[in-house]
Amino acid sequence: MAAEKDQRALADWKPETPPSPDLTEPHRAAAKAAPTLPNSYSLPSSCTNASPKPPASLTRLSPFLVFHFNPESIAICFTMSVETQRAADIAADSETIRWKYLDQIRRNPGPMTDPMAVEEEFLAQFEKFKIFGAGGLGCEILKNLAMSKFKDIHVIDMDTIDISNLNRQFLFRKSDVGKFKAEVAAKFVEQRVKGVKITAHNNRIQDFDEEFYKQFQLVICGLDSIEARRWINAMLVSIAEEAEDPDGIKPLIDGGTEGFKGQARVILPSITSCIECQLDMHAPRAAVPLCTIASIPRQPEHCVEWAHVIAWEEEKPFPKLDKDDPEHVTWIYQKALKRAEEFNIPGITYSLTQGTIKNIIPAIASTNAIIAAACCNEAFKIATNSAPCLGFENNYMMYSGNDSIYTYTFKHEKKDDCPVCGREARPLEADPNMTLQDLLDSLAIRPEAQLKKPSIRAEGKTLYMQVPQSLEEQTRPNLSKSLKDLGLENGQEVVVTDPAFPLEFNFYFRFKRESS
Amino acid sequence: MTEILAQTPPILHGPSDKERKYDRQLRLWAASGQAALESANILLINSGPGTAGIETLKNLVLPGIGKFTIADNAAVQEVDLGVNFFLDESSLGKSRAQCCTELLLELNPEVNGSWNSTDTASLQRLLDVPEGFTMIMYNLPLQPEMLQVIETYGRQHGTPLVAIHSVGFYSYFRIALPGTFPIVDTHPDETATTDLRLLSPWPELSEFSSEMTKDIEYLDHHEHGHIPMVVILLHYLNIWKEEHNGAYPTAYSEKTAFRELVSKAMRRDNPEGGEENFEEAVAAVMKHVVAPSLPSSLKQVFEYEHKDEQQSKSSFWIIAEALKEFYAEHQRLPVAGGLLDMKAQSNVYIQLQNIYKEKARQDANDVFSRAQKISGDVDIDQAEVEQFCTNARFIKLINTTGEEPPSMGQIIERELGNDEIAAIAGPEMPMSLIPIYLALGASSSTSAASADDIIAAVLEKAPALRNNERLTQVAQELSRAAGGELHNISAVIGGMVAQEIIKIITKQYIPIDNTCIFDGIESRCQVLRL
Repeated sequence: MAAEKDQRALADWKPETPPSPDLTEPHRAAAKAAPTLPNSYSLPSSCTNASPKPPASLTRLSPFLVFHFNPESIAICFTMSVETQRAADIAADSETIRWKYLDQIRRNPGPMTDPMAVEEEFLAQFEKFKIFGAGGLGCEILKNLAMSKFKDIHVIDMDTIDISNLNRQFLFRKSDVGKFKAEVAAKFVEQRVKGVKITAHNNRIQDFDEEFYKQFQLVICGLDSIEARRWINAMLVSIAEEAEDPDGIKPLIDGGTEGFKGQARVILPSITSCIECQLDMHAPRAAVPLCTIASIPRQPEHCVEWAHVIAWEEEKPFPKLDKDDPEHVTWIYQKALKRAEEFNIPGITYSLTQGTIKNIIPAIASTNAIIAAACCNEAFKIATNSAPCLGFENNYMMYSGNDSIYTYTFKHEKKDDCPVCGREARPLEADPNMTLQDLLDSLAIRPEAQLKKPSIRAEGKTLYMQVPQSLEEQTRPNLSKSLKDLGLENGQEVVVTDPAFPLEFNFYFRFKRESS
Repeated sequence: MTEILAQTPPILHGPSDKERKYDRQLRLWAASGQAALESANILLINSGPGTAGIETLKNLVLPGIGKFTIADNAAVQEVDLGVNFFLDESSLGKSRAQCCTELLLELNPEVNGSWNSTDTASLQRLLDVPEGFTMIMYNLPLQPEMLQVIETYGRQHGTPLVAIHSVGFYSYFRIALPGTFPIVDTHPDETATTDLRLLSPWPELSEFSSEMTKDIEYLDHHEHGHIPMVVILLHYLNIWKEEHNGAYPTAYSEKTAFRELVSKAMRRDNPEGGEENFEEAVAAVMKHVVAPSLPSSLKQVFEYEHKDEQQSKSSFWIIAEALKEFYAEHQRLPVAGGLLDMKAQSNVYIQLQNIYKEKARQDANDVFSRAQKISGDVDIDQAEVEQFCTNARFIKLINTTGEEPPSMGQIIERELGNDEIAAIAGPEMPMSLIPIYLALGASSSTSAASADDIIAAVLEKAPALRNNERLTQVAQELSRAAGGELHNISAVIGGMVAQEIIKIITKQYIPIDNTCIFDGIESRCQVLRL
């Protein structure tokens, strides 16, 4: 996955100043929040499709948000001269005129609008909505959020601008290549749209902790790796589950595209189906067996993988492979071409070489525009209650533009055995005669698990740990033993962890056949 | 048997800057699609808030459309800055067409753009430029006389038109193509394209297969475990035929029995306890052991009756005629030539791949010589014939003229009927979005209208919708926006329109036929032919 590589490349990079959210702890209510929807829960009732809620739902305005009044505007109030007053009036007027279309929708309820949406208190609260955006759809998302009158937006992206971004990431120019995406995008939109404040973080989402994410009302992601999605999902579910008031539920809106296709989905963490529940919708592509690559190539991709994995390791032409360095790619391309000639395999090109080693996913401006805008439309509806949003009922929109236009908008059901938001262990199909190594390898490719660096333990027994090194060495001999020989039984529970995710995956064995 | 590799000597330098910039889209529409985009000239006639058209242009400028022109007589007002991203404070009071053009051009230095402050008279002059326009899109609502000028131009010049209308949470766009629009390069899903001809093998394929399997019992584990699944299936199909009076397995129960036969032949006494190639063969039975048939979309091409003599002389229709002859004579389509990956020794796989390629080449040559005979003095490109043959099963006609299209009344009746079923079926079956189209249409010449006005205007054209609850709801929702656009909705529709324009210009993938309605409240689309 292209994004994964990039993340690895900059994994050591740390922000110069650690983030310090200027927020006090949210007010702690007395009782621990129940896992179900609390009565005072204040997610816009437009999401519920239920009868309108009483203004009690304004409890969303938590104490710390009141504290978050813009101090500058208060300061201006005290020092205002007559002239600046007039200028301010004109500014306020132009501000009103500017957002005429949008406010028309916000102030005039439609037949499906929650009546609460037009109450002054609720209208005022929108201005303080703090929103967090991330990922490859970032340019589109920032534009759309700013044009939806969101005023306080944080954006995160650890990537720098590459020339291949310019065909769709429209806030970047050729002269920006090499600069941080988050920074350039934030600056551009702040300049274009008056009154929006965009805070850029040139980081990985994993660089921040719970306290950081708690400051937002909503998270909107167009991330290009499944792993980053799973991480932010697990983070928001964990915040929701630990929260003692409904403010802890931060809707997660996620968008993704591939070619002419894409999806947009809304997740209400701990309440509705989460990204982990939906993981099998993004099954990893079947990997080519190593023996095919090593000895019986048939496709040009097999030759590229041979050059990439085997020839590179043997010859080490450069100290470290940089898949964006044309010299490195050319080396692999030529190696692959030679191997292909040996086996009479046609079809090796530079483009195919690059696409194979980087696992490039085609991406175009128009699809990104559709999906990002569909996501931001949901954010706008959630924040304003101006119309019912995706969430409790339908929560997932699939889009395909290959053959005409086709959308499928449906409800993805929450899974009780979801390792992130569920309560139950899930079955792990296994053969008792398989080795522990085989079992761990299978976790990487099982669509419902997709864990690449798993550690595993059973009750009272550590089976294999990736870290620390001493424990790894100690448990390594177990890898070659069969499950049966390790004393594992049908129905027994095991816990799997992976450094990429801040959570534990609970499984119980379901053996295929009893060993003889 | 070995093929001489048709590879040009390796290019040692990497891709050009332009190839790098467009890499992610060249993987979708290749250099041919890119060249088509770069020679296209798009006109946007803007009106009202006009954001959807500008968003569309953004999505066309980025991938490198050749040229665009914006015709718009509005001056930038404060309210534009709240909905249109391609304007800023310094634009206030200036021509909106000019400001948008300038800010859009910043996105891609390879694109040309111009603007025009238009009224009906100057629009006519603009349209009369000698180079003409590849496509024209216009934003509704628009003055009826301007609409007429555009529609007349489209008819006379055969220029595709796109109407866009976006108000509040609702939007639609409608594409008017000048005539039947055929697409060869439809990019079907890769899994659909495999064409193995297991039930109609030609001599070279049969010989290759029987040669490999004549001593199948005596092959060692390694050899047996590397017989390509195509060969496995051909071998056991022969055995099946012998046992069934020369008949192939065609019924579902027969295929299940055949699958069992293949599965039983898998060796399990080897160290792996099974064979991957046999597993592949077993998995392929239901999908690939099929008699060749003529897809309905191609049947439509074969049965097409030309109303327009000139049209029948285009290379597409000449090749289609040649293909039809080929099919009439051979009772099968040309072999597509591709071979999916399967477990096999490298050299065996390449030999098998070449058998398929060679047959595809022979078939394409046959079609090519027929096409040359039909064409008379029209030049037929061999590469075009080859592509036509490879994609034959997926060729598609859009906007087919000739058949009498259903009237709006009939369409509404059909949609209302579906809604009655949907009401019983529950959320799995969504309600028709046609009320949105009709309600927007009722306000296509005026921006703001009351719900009652909208309902009255819809009922005039569609009396069947009287007392329709959904229409009432849609009209109220629409009137609430007072003709204003929401940026997000216009951005969604701008993305969709750009996708469709790209598909039409590149003649790749399949465009909508012909209207797409988007409901931003339920976040879903419906495509209807209207």
